[in-house]
Amino acid sequence: MTNIPPGTDPTDPNSSGHEIPETAGDTVTDVPQLTAARPLRVDVWRRFKKNRLAVAGLTFIVFLFLVAVFADFVAPYSFTERPGSAVGAFRQSPSSDFWFGTDSIGRDVFSRIVYGARVSLRIGVLATTIALVIGLALGAVAGFFGGLLETLIMRVTDIFLAIPYIVLAVAIAAVFGRSENAIIVVLGVTGWLGVARIVRSSFLQLKQLEYVEAATSLGFGRARIMFRHILPNALQPIIVYGTIAIGSTILAEAALSFLGVGPQDPTPAWGLMVSQGKGDLANAAHLVFFPGAAIGLTVLSFVLVGDGLRDALDPRLK
Amino acid sequence: MGTSMTPDEEPLLSIRDLHAHFETDDGIVRAVDGVSLDIYRGDVFSVVGESGSGKSVTAMSILGLIPTLKVDSGEILWKGENLLEYSDVEMGAIRGGEIAMIFQDPLTALNPVHTVGRQVGEMARIHEGLNKKQAMARAIEMLDLVGIPEAGKRAHMYPHEFSGGMRQRAMIAMAVTCNPDLLIADEPTTALDVTIQAQVLEALIAIKDEIDSAIMLITHDLGVVAGLSDRVMVMYAGRQVELGTVDELFYETRHPYTLGLLGSIPRLESDDTAPLIPIPGSPPSLINRPTGCPFHPRCAFAEVPGRCDSEVPELRSVDSSSHTAACHFAEQLRDVTLDDLRERVEKVAAEPQAPDLIEVNDS
Repeated sequence: MTNIPPGTDPTDPNSSGHEIPETAGDTVTDVPQLTAARPLRVDVWRRFKKNRLAVAGLTFIVFLFLVAVFADFVAPYSFTERPGSAVGAFRQSPSSDFWFGTDSIGRDVFSRIVYGARVSLRIGVLATTIALVIGLALGAVAGFFGGLLETLIMRVTDIFLAIPYIVLAVAIAAVFGRSENAIIVVLGVTGWLGVARIVRSSFLQLKQLEYVEAATSLGFGRARIMFRHILPNALQPIIVYGTIAIGSTILAEAALSFLGVGPQDPTPAWGLMVSQGKGDLANAAHLVFFPGAAIGLTVLSFVLVGDGLRDALDPRLK
Repeated sequence: MGTSMTPDEEPLLSIRDLHAHFETDDGIVRAVDGVSLDIYRGDVFSVVGESGSGKSVTAMSILGLIPTLKVDSGEILWKGENLLEYSDVEMGAIRGGEIAMIFQDPLTALNPVHTVGRQVGEMARIHEGLNKKQAMARAIEMLDLVGIPEAGKRAHMYPHEFSGGMRQRAMIAMAVTCNPDLLIADEPTTALDVTIQAQVLEALIAIKDEIDSAIMLITHDLGVVAGLSDRVMVMYAGRQVELGTVDELFYETRHPYTLGLLGSIPRLESDDTAPLIPIPGSPPSLINRPTGCPFHPRCAFAEVPGRCDSEVPELRSVDSSSHTAACHFAEQLRDVTLDDLRERVEKVAAEPQAPDLIEVNDS
């Protein structure tokens, strides 16, 4: 018996041995006061509410959605009716009969803008959804698996990024034709680039974390780790990006409609209305002003909400 | 304690002469260089060593958790089957089901976006196919078992609402949900307050007995080892330098490095105010390992020049078949005490050829 460091005498461990605690709870002293668990969304909403601009944006978006859904009740006429032609009101300025005036063939501009909300929101939301799904899938695969797959996906992304999206959209639109659904596809397949890059970098960062390693060590499958463990942690920037993307997609749709690549008359697309009114800018500015204002306000609202969400989701930013 | 090992029993886990390396830009890192061990059901097997000694890598290699680690030779036999030949899908069933791991830092090892109950229950959903409701019930049961009070309420809380000790308990609950045969605990108490460490270890040992498994405990705390282990393996620079029962290692130390570790523990109960005996120098780079015994540059007993810097010592049995050490002079250490070690270390330190603090070379 040599070399006995008394402090580490194995017959007298200073940890209190290892009898099984009868009621394990009794031995615990590290219990914090049990407060009611507050879900994350409550916190996020509380912080979001403090941002007045974001709340204003959200209010406008909610209003716009309601208008789009109940367009049949809000609009005095349908978007193809020509009530102005009966009373000789062509390119007439706003009046009590026609709140936003009439266009060159006597249609009620207000009614067309109301129905246009449907077109814009539908295109904005659906195209952004397509972009998010493609971008999420490709970005997640690239970030999670790495290697050759990542190189391939990211180089394709780079190539797409190098082509101006308008040119790409015009080319794709030429193939798919010029309808509302075609433009959804066009904007969807050109919009995923940014999403893919954000998702990839989040995945690269998150897959290093110990809870991902822990999940692997506990036998969780790859798909489960990707979608149940990494994805929810990567959602924050995606939510923010997606919100702003709806706005920018609506803007892109307006631009394409203006260029004549989008939906065709009589579809009440706001961009198309601006385009049709541009010749009468000097004598009937309301034909450009009202649809232009609708586009501007809508895009601005989505950007404001996106910004508000970014601040609300990340309490460190302030 | 220390008697659960029966020689005629088949070991649960048996590692045979494992060699593995990493390829880095600077060269080949031989992280595991000849490790052999047996772990039996009911055992608490400790692996001790400094940071970078290869103890975590050895443990992680059992589950194949390090994709960049290349195994050169050796076997990892789990119930007689070589895990190194298993496919990723086959390993998925072993991971968590038969062998589960408890990580060092419970703050980062729990997913912040899911409730604790859901994470604990997820184990049962995957390995036992329970539905959501059953899984939550099982999670609450497991959380209760590891000593989390009001488990029913706390299961619906998020990791950030838990204290460090409770998080580590939750990790343990997660690991033991599917009654694994072996629990690998990688420094399970390092990130915790000292006051909580004993509680968590107690819960760990209690649960081991409850589910009748074995524990592989990776630690650098010899106090924990002494209190809980049956057998101990000491690692240095990727090599296994000594393995034996706790008594053998603490009272019949046969490797100077183990002796050095024992000498550097503060001893509260000693009457004299003898200072600690530090091990001089720092662990060697695993890329450019010293020739011969990797410990010889820091060893107070090294014969340099001689066998120590020219010949790599083989791991061999000393005193009993269960006690092995890798030192040319293991037998001579039989009569060496800590006081001898202190004398030696002080003598070496006093020698004029002590290395310079800073050395600048033209390279």
